[in-house]
Amino acid sequence: MLEIKNLSKMYDGGVQALNGVSFNVKQGEFLAVIGLSGSGKSTLLRCINRLIEPTGGQIIWDGQDVTAASQEEMRLIRRKIGMVFQHFNLVSRSKVITNVLSGRLGYVNPLLSSLNRFSKSDVDMALDQLDRVGIKNQAYKRADELSGGQQQRVGIARAMMQTPAMILADEPVASLDPVLAHSIMQYLEKINKEDGVTVLCSLHFLDLVHRYADRAVALNAGKLMFDGSPKEINDEKFREIYGKDAERVG
Amino acid sequence: MMKKSPLPKSIVVGLATLLTLIVFAYGFTVTKVNFEETRSEKRVASLTRILRALAHPKIFDYDYETVNVQEPFYLGCPEGGIEAPNPDRSAAFILVKSSCAEPGETIALEGHNFQENSSGPIYFVGFSPEAPDGVPLKMGDFQADAQGNFQVEVKLPNRQVKEEAQAIRAVGKTRIGAPKFSPEAKVTWEKIVETVFMALLATTFGTLLAVPISFFSARNLMSEVKSPLGSIALALIGWPLGMWLGIKTSQLLTLAFSSFFDSFFATLAGALILPAASLAFGKWFLANQNEDLEFRFERRLLNLLYTLMMSTLALAAVLFVGKFLLQLGAYLAPNKDVPLYFLRKFVSQLGEITAILAPVFAALVGGGVFGGFFAQTGQRASDKMPASAAKVFNLIAAPVAGATVAVLIMQGLDWFYQYNNPSVTLYTPAAIGAAFGLALAFVVKPKQPLPVGTVIYGIFRTLLNGTRSVEALIMAIVFVAWVGLGPFAGALALGLHTVASNAKLYSEQVESILSGPLEAIKATGANRLQTIVFAVVPQIIPPYISYTMYRWDINVRMSTIIGFVGGGGIGFVLQQNINLLNYRAASVNMLAIAIVVASMDYISSVLREKYV
Repeated sequence: MLEIKNLSKMYDGGVQALNGVSFNVKQGEFLAVIGLSGSGKSTLLRCINRLIEPTGGQIIWDGQDVTAASQEEMRLIRRKIGMVFQHFNLVSRSKVITNVLSGRLGYVNPLLSSLNRFSKSDVDMALDQLDRVGIKNQAYKRADELSGGQQQRVGIARAMMQTPAMILADEPVASLDPVLAHSIMQYLEKINKEDGVTVLCSLHFLDLVHRYADRAVALNAGKLMFDGSPKEINDEKFREIYGKDAERVG
Repeated sequence: MMKKSPLPKSIVVGLATLLTLIVFAYGFTVTKVNFEETRSEKRVASLTRILRALAHPKIFDYDYETVNVQEPFYLGCPEGGIEAPNPDRSAAFILVKSSCAEPGETIALEGHNFQENSSGPIYFVGFSPEAPDGVPLKMGDFQADAQGNFQVEVKLPNRQVKEEAQAIRAVGKTRIGAPKFSPEAKVTWEKIVETVFMALLATTFGTLLAVPISFFSARNLMSEVKSPLGSIALALIGWPLGMWLGIKTSQLLTLAFSSFFDSFFATLAGALILPAASLAFGKWFLANQNEDLEFRFERRLLNLLYTLMMSTLALAAVLFVGKFLLQLGAYLAPNKDVPLYFLRKFVSQLGEITAILAPVFAALVGGGVFGGFFAQTGQRASDKMPASAAKVFNLIAAPVAGATVAVLIMQGLDWFYQYNNPSVTLYTPAAIGAAFGLALAFVVKPKQPLPVGTVIYGIFRTLLNGTRSVEALIMAIVFVAWVGLGPFAGALALGLHTVASNAKLYSEQVESILSGPLEAIKATGANRLQTIVFAVVPQIIPPYISYTMYRWDINVRMSTIIGFVGGGGIGFVLQQNINLLNYRAASVNMLAIAIVVASMDYISSVLREKYV
């Protein structure tokens, strides 16, 4: 479903964030992306929906070449790929429901939506999604009045508004405590198992990877170091991914 | 490693000190610092006079009852002197020891039977054949006690000795009735109201224009706007074409409807039906577009057609509404004596604004529709064509676009410099522009996205900086030439300056927003307009409000002095009063300015705290 072929990204300053990364993702898979901070995980996820322009290689999504898509085609591709962020990236001064409805922007009429007009069915859908993550009663609060865990659930609801075929989650639990982290991961798992949405999720903690991911890919300095089942990550593999001096925590 | 300085540090410091001394010494000379002047008696006296006048703002006025007492007096005593006269003691009278004295001598003077607590000036009155009624020269003031008596010493003037009798006169004044506002205070009130509203209008309309401009001059938004050359070239052709068509349409429609405009009811009907019709059409059009993102050219052409129909309908609606408001205003406000004249007049002024804005609206919509359509077509062509075809396409489109732009620029300059020579304004720029476009098309890779947004950003920033560097006071001079002396000129000048300053401040706020929400909204598949509305606007509302209030504050302060160059408001009377040496009235003006500025300061800080 998603093929990444020889993907490279060189930033303007000459930093090689990705270096010839290739792997495939199957429909309905829960794929964890692991690696040190700065190893290129975020860059990889953002190249997939071209929030960052890759400098080399190809991304094939549903048989379509993402890297060659025009701006308009890119809109159509992006609206099928939800994204969840480490810092939630909610518009903090807007209401929760507005944040969730913004997930619909790829589908609705640009002019009407710019006047903040959404159809009844879209609003109902937004409330349903909020209900699903258990914060329907917070819908008309301002986003910054919510706690961190609640904000991330709004982020998930926003992504789900896109009726996505795939969700890119960029360290979705890195700013949350361990209890909240599991609850957020369980929502992602539910979306993955119940709705069949493919999930690409970058993670820091290996126990989360073991617990939730079907498969893991590991990056180190922009290179793919590992591609396989999380169970195969033994101490030797671990040191390959994280460097010689690394010690396991959690 | 730091390189060791070739000179010891102490010498460097010494040289720097010397240099500083020289700089400041020269500065003192150039600014003509003159301490001699500050000590001169004459200067100090006039300073005292002005400061004392300023300390007595003429806010209140009284009605006075005056008593005029005059005694003959001789300047220069003959041998033996002159016996002091014995005045009538039944009314107020003044007494002198002797009815004569040498010029410049100080004499004692007594007054009795004046009104209690009255006060007033004492004059020496000189008579001559040219002035049989006498020329008074003030020698001093008196203040009577509770019994109406006073004693005072006055110095006689250094006049020529005369044989004829002259006189000493005391004028006693008592206030009667309650204090009332002086005419100066009334004028000040009128003008300060004018000033505050001048600032209000300038801030409102300046801000309305500054907000959209600020998006075009924000680097973070504009640097992402990139298009291939083909798209840019077509947009550059489409914009002027669309604007021209828009203006033409507006002219044609005005002409076509002119017979309707003669009848009040036809205009009313149009003003009611057309807006409703265009709204209904717009709704239908938008509903038919939903979720249907097809890229076919025929589909686009049909959309363009519908958009044009809708814009024409909307333009007609605007024209009708404008005319209707004008006619309604004329009917409501036949003359200045009707009650609430200013409200009635406002109706026709709204109509006039609508009439002025209609062609602007038409030009912008026309330009936007055609420019957008052309740009999209160019983009699609560049995307879909093979590289060689795109190159050929660029080689044709870019020279045409270059020629169009160059000719338009020269036509604009022609207005200023009046070349009146088609080879300067038409052929040469067309050739140069075409050559430039051709060169660009050769150099640039056919499908490479060019940073057109950064170029637009640069143009906007340059224009803003240029406009901002001209003070509102100087702009007011130009506007005074256009709309005449008065507050309207001042409001226009302040408004223009507000656009430039606030657009810059706003755009800096746009540049400092959080990029996280921006990328999140973009990731949902939102287009640029949606991204701005959903990710940018919510973040910039608080700073925008804050800067707008701050600008109102500044505009109130500026509008107090814009009258110095004829821009109306309180500055106009203040300058007059200063020029007429009427310092007590000027003091009232300055007091009013201080109160208004201070309270604006306070109000805006309270509001900012509350809403931001």
